[in-house]
Amino acid sequence: MPIDLKMAWRNIWRNPRRTFLTIAAIAFASIILVFMLSFQFGSYEAMINSSVKIQTGHLQIQAPGYKDKQSIHMVVTDPEAVGAFLNNSSEVAAYTFRARAFSLVSSEERTYGIMITGIDPSSEAGVSTLKTSIRRGKYLFEENPNQEIVPALIGELLARNLQVGLGDELTVLGQGRDGSIAASVIHIKGIYRSGLDEFDRASIHIPLQQFQDIYSMRGAIHEVVVVGKSLRQVPEIKKRLLAGIKTTDSKSSLRVLDWMELMPGLRQAIEMDLFSGIIFYIILIIVVAFSILNTFLMAIIERTKEFGVMMAIGTTRGRLTRLLLIESFSMTVIGMVTGAVLGSLITWYFQVNGIDISGSSELLSHYGISGRLYPKLSLASIISGPMAVMIITFLAALYPALKIRRLRPVEAISHV
Amino acid sequence: MSIVECVDVQKTYHQGKVQVHALRGISLSIEKGGFVALAGPSGSGKTTMLNMIGGLDQADSGRIVVGGKVFENMNQSQIADLRLYNVGFVFQAYNLIPVLSAIENVEFVMLLQGIPADERQKRAKAILDEVGLENKYDRRPAELSGGQQQRVAVARAIVSNPSIVLADEPTANLDSVTGNGLLKIMKDMNEIKKVTFIFSTHDSMVMDYARRIIYLRDGQIAKDKIK
Repeated sequence: MPIDLKMAWRNIWRNPRRTFLTIAAIAFASIILVFMLSFQFGSYEAMINSSVKIQTGHLQIQAPGYKDKQSIHMVVTDPEAVGAFLNNSSEVAAYTFRARAFSLVSSEERTYGIMITGIDPSSEAGVSTLKTSIRRGKYLFEENPNQEIVPALIGELLARNLQVGLGDELTVLGQGRDGSIAASVIHIKGIYRSGLDEFDRASIHIPLQQFQDIYSMRGAIHEVVVVGKSLRQVPEIKKRLLAGIKTTDSKSSLRVLDWMELMPGLRQAIEMDLFSGIIFYIILIIVVAFSILNTFLMAIIERTKEFGVMMAIGTTRGRLTRLLLIESFSMTVIGMVTGAVLGSLITWYFQVNGIDISGSSELLSHYGISGRLYPKLSLASIISGPMAVMIITFLAALYPALKIRRLRPVEAISHV
Repeated sequence: MSIVECVDVQKTYHQGKVQVHALRGISLSIEKGGFVALAGPSGSGKTTMLNMIGGLDQADSGRIVVGGKVFENMNQSQIADLRLYNVGFVFQAYNLIPVLSAIENVEFVMLLQGIPADERQKRAKAILDEVGLENKYDRRPAELSGGQQQRVAVARAIVSNPSIVLADEPTANLDSVTGNGLLKIMKDMNEIKKVTFIFSTHDSMVMDYARRIIYLRDGQIAKDKIK
């Protein structure tokens, strides 16, 4: 072993208690960072997946401007061509068509303005959690869309507000794509609870084919909802869809929007939460950095005479600086690795068993997550926090290490 | 032939508002192979003089030449190199590196000089044998007595064959028997290897061994006695 490493290793164990406490502080910060980052990444992914499954999908193909104006006239005129392209895309796990119209819906007691969504019951079940969210009644899948009766699924909160239940009728009044009045009577076949209050309070789903008849859509739709095999693949899928979609609908220049564009509120909430998390982490790391700084300032004070002697016998200031940096680096690496391993084990335990968050997180419940939350270990969550600790503590150790360069041998040797 | 040449060396320290004249124009010449004691009471300037010769401190004025090299023409890095290759130090409080074993302490200077590991080990063992520590190679300083530590310090000082060894009160912390043994070792090194030894001391035993005693008082040479 090189003498510098040997000396550094022996030096850090000259005061075992202080070294242990310093390493423990670094390890503790690393454990917290690994766990918290994994918890945050896990909750973000859960929020995104939950919102994606309830509402938007990973991506949507829409007419230009539809997202902002939600006009019934802004349509995808040839959804089958888009569907044919998507069928040949290996990264696409599932897709469905939706058409939407703002309408007035009335029960015997009350009237509300809500969003009526036409869905393809079969493919919708592969894209969203609507089918599994049914709490009472049946999903549209089992209905025959050619019947005169228009079956409908209604959010639990909306049903409560309208004071209706299964089998009740509602009158729908809106505007068709051609400007005509769209009016129909729908029959409640199922009541769902997604966990997302905003969604459950203002939405009704009916079969797409009947929606197209009622709203004079002439075969058009508003959204092609796409789900990829994983969230990470979204940017790649988007790139391919953008390139491929031009060949299917060159006239209307369809837009491909990802979940961040479709749900800017969710993205901002994640950014805000991450930002506040980062501030907390920085404070934590600075506290640890002060611990390292204290350790090495103490070491310099205690070892001033020794450094003076070493300089007297020919050791350069650069070599002494290097020695101290090796000592700080060794302690940081030990603390960091210990913390990363312990943090990963603790996080892994909760990744398997989950953390009960019922009623504890307003932010998460807002995005349809309640019950248990599962942290998600990743290379990024294991490495990024401890690496930040290492870099900042190393920088903190630079000050005392560089302080050595100002030592004068004669003064250092006579230091008491 | 002189190994050390000092001409009108002056040094003043500032302790708060008080000026302490540590050296007041000292001029001396020390021959190669000398065994010289700088003697005098505390505050007479002997340690300051030793520090000046070793390049650990700088004179306010005057001229110091060691091994033919003039300090005033050298920068700190060159003086550090001179210390590494030409000067060995023995301190009153031994001042070994506590985390290194006896042999590692002796090897350390040779390591700084870039001597290969095999050669370092061979020479370190030989010199430790010479100072009577043949069975103590792997002991850390805390596991050695004061006399043994000082013998390691002497071994460290002479292992790389310096021209001069500067020893600041080397026997002050030792009992008379141990101190006497150490001085015999240094005298042997002086006679066999022709290494120049310069001591700062007020120990009469050191003065007995010295062939030349330079008495300092209030930063000036009071008497220069050659036996």
